[in-house]
Amino acid sequence: MRPLDHLRKSYDEDSQVVLQDKDSPPRMLFSGEQILLEEVPVGTRIIFPNPPVEPLANVRAAIRFALNHPEESEPLHAKLTPGMKVLIAIDDISLPLPPMRTPDVRQLILEIVLQLCADSGVDDVHLMVANALHRRMTDAEMERMVGSKIFAAYHPDHYTNHDAEEPGGIVELGVTEVGERVRISKRATDADLVIYLNVNFVPMDGGHKSVGTGLTDYLGLRAHHTPHAIRASKSYMEPKHSALHSSVDRIGKIIDEHVDVFHIETALNNRMFDGPMGFLGKREEDFGEMDRAALGAMRFMLDRAPRELRRKIFHSVPAAYGVIAVAAGKTEPTHAKILEACQRQCFVKVKGQADILIAGIPFISPYNVNSILNPLLVQVMANGYFFNMNRGTPLIKEGGTLIVTHPCSDEFDPVQHPSYIEFFHRLLPETRDALVLHKKYEEEFARNPSYVHLYRKGNAYHGAHPFYMWYWGENGRQHMGQVIAVGTDNTHVPELLGWERADTLAEAIDMARGRQGRTANISLMHHPPMVMTDVTE
Amino acid sequence: MHGEKFERGAFFDVDGTLVSTNVVHAYAHYVFNRGTFFGIARRVLEGLAMAPIYAIADTYNRKVFNELFYRAYEGLSEDRLIELADDLNDKVLAPAIYPGARDIIDECRRAGCKIIFCTGAIDITMKPLAKLLGADDLIANSLQFVEGFATGKVIPPIVEGAHKARRIRDYCIEHGLKLDLSHAYSDSMSDYPMLAVVGRPTAVNADAALRRTARAYEWPLLDLR
Repeated sequence: MRPLDHLRKSYDEDSQVVLQDKDSPPRMLFSGEQILLEEVPVGTRIIFPNPPVEPLANVRAAIRFALNHPEESEPLHAKLTPGMKVLIAIDDISLPLPPMRTPDVRQLILEIVLQLCADSGVDDVHLMVANALHRRMTDAEMERMVGSKIFAAYHPDHYTNHDAEEPGGIVELGVTEVGERVRISKRATDADLVIYLNVNFVPMDGGHKSVGTGLTDYLGLRAHHTPHAIRASKSYMEPKHSALHSSVDRIGKIIDEHVDVFHIETALNNRMFDGPMGFLGKREEDFGEMDRAALGAMRFMLDRAPRELRRKIFHSVPAAYGVIAVAAGKTEPTHAKILEACQRQCFVKVKGQADILIAGIPFISPYNVNSILNPLLVQVMANGYFFNMNRGTPLIKEGGTLIVTHPCSDEFDPVQHPSYIEFFHRLLPETRDALVLHKKYEEEFARNPSYVHLYRKGNAYHGAHPFYMWYWGENGRQHMGQVIAVGTDNTHVPELLGWERADTLAEAIDMARGRQGRTANISLMHHPPMVMTDVTE
Repeated sequence: MHGEKFERGAFFDVDGTLVSTNVVHAYAHYVFNRGTFFGIARRVLEGLAMAPIYAIADTYNRKVFNELFYRAYEGLSEDRLIELADDLNDKVLAPAIYPGARDIIDECRRAGCKIIFCTGAIDITMKPLAKLLGADDLIANSLQFVEGFATGKVIPPIVEGAHKARRIRDYCIEHGLKLDLSHAYSDSMSDYPMLAVVGRPTAVNADAALRRTARAYEWPLLDLR
């Protein structure tokens, strides 16, 4: 590897796609809580994320404007009448990643909405985290999300997590034309108005998915959280190519017939790192002396720190995300507006697919905030999210090779992911077939009283959740021909996932070329921040 | 008790799992309600004298502990024990029920499990608690009575350790429950056989030894306290 001081600029600054040249610098790749610096072959197409979109100068003013000029709806203040019952549902901690610096945009919206409610004589307001089958947020996390004043005023009686297993807590509103059961929280059906506060971080989020999945239960999710729906989705990051989204749209339409939903959606830019860690968001060509020193120091420290400490360091640094759009009103037009802003930030135009795709898997996913990225979540990042980060045409060709860097340690958090442990060690050795797992074991896990108890009373993901994680990778598994994990600290985890392993990136590239041919073209997705591709022929 | 057809069972240890009390609390209640001053005094002194032996026995072998401990019941009348059982339940056991105990029982019920308490305590003591918590059945030790008075012996096989596992297996066969789909809940390493015999074991309020074992075998860990 060439020394860092050889890094220099040699690319077209306007393009997010750079071809690796002989003089190009080595590339940073996340490998869990470590940062690798790797040489990649000349000719490798490096795909960088778009630079952060300029955030709104005055977010509070933008929120007020959106509430007063909503999409296809009366302004919020006109919908509020004294004595009415209001439920405010809020996206949970799975968005954004890592959690954003305080004040969280949800707090900014709440401060304005709650004031409006008070001014309108609406006292019966309940705040609910729309966590579906995700883990309950802890009190500290809930306080951080809405600020201490709102937390003190509403928690614990009027600011709660959604409980998808509460006896009598879910109401079935009907069935869609294709037989999907529409089930949401009784608190939502009892309310005169449901206000949904969304944070749109990727195009998968928001719209009808918010109420339709965030406030439902296991039986409600069975409509679309299936291997069949994911197989039928070209990409779940592009709603029009996603069977999952078609399903939630059908469900959302039925919800709209029964519940008055006022949606408030926001889109964030991708400024994941700044300050001393700002170099992580830069191209290696743009590195100055300070960036090189910071990278060197960070790698030195990470190489020597125990894993637990490394994890703590990364999870304790909030992201400097900026709000780039706010819209409110009826679910569909509001979502369309935000989706456009989100796609503008996320998607990079790329010409042609790759035979071999390289991606570094970071320390975090939507399902392990303040916890461990366990092997099942490593899988969901690779086969699921990274594969699906496209607009309908995957960046990797059919039968192509995905190379990921991650240690794949056999480590699970028994507090957040107890059912994952059994799924990974009991079920995967038997079969990796998502259809078999779905049919044979999903309900058993979902109904396991211990997992139900840990979901309801602890901070554990629901017993059905590890299945969803496996299904989430289903279209990637069907599409790709080979996945190679680089730098794994064991052999059994990649084997259970159906992957191959290599000690170094160079070895993995050789293995991939052995399968794809010596002339195979290679692309590298330069995460983080997140990059999604709009692949054209 | 509920007349339903069950496919799976949920077998609960009781002491330390669902309630914070143990067999000593129950015995103490019987002793302090013995009726005569000399009767109470004699049994208290006997109990104190035996305490170190009980402690050693409990540390090394739960079966030996149970056999030794139940000898202390010798001479207590069956009528008296039955009469005091409801009082014991109201005053000692019910207040000691862990906050999460009812929740996990309810969740097992919703999952379609038959609820069975499987405990080393004596059946007379446990019946009111089983009724209070909605258990469908009870597997517990039974004291031997001759002419209405306890002999200090337990009708074999004593419900503890490996015998708990056997009783559970026999119960499943007898009642048409699927052992591999059944659940077991316990707080103690002495109940390892009971946990290992079912398909879905869970460690509850686990001590360090059981916690290590649960981690090694990847059993869920619950805290009902």
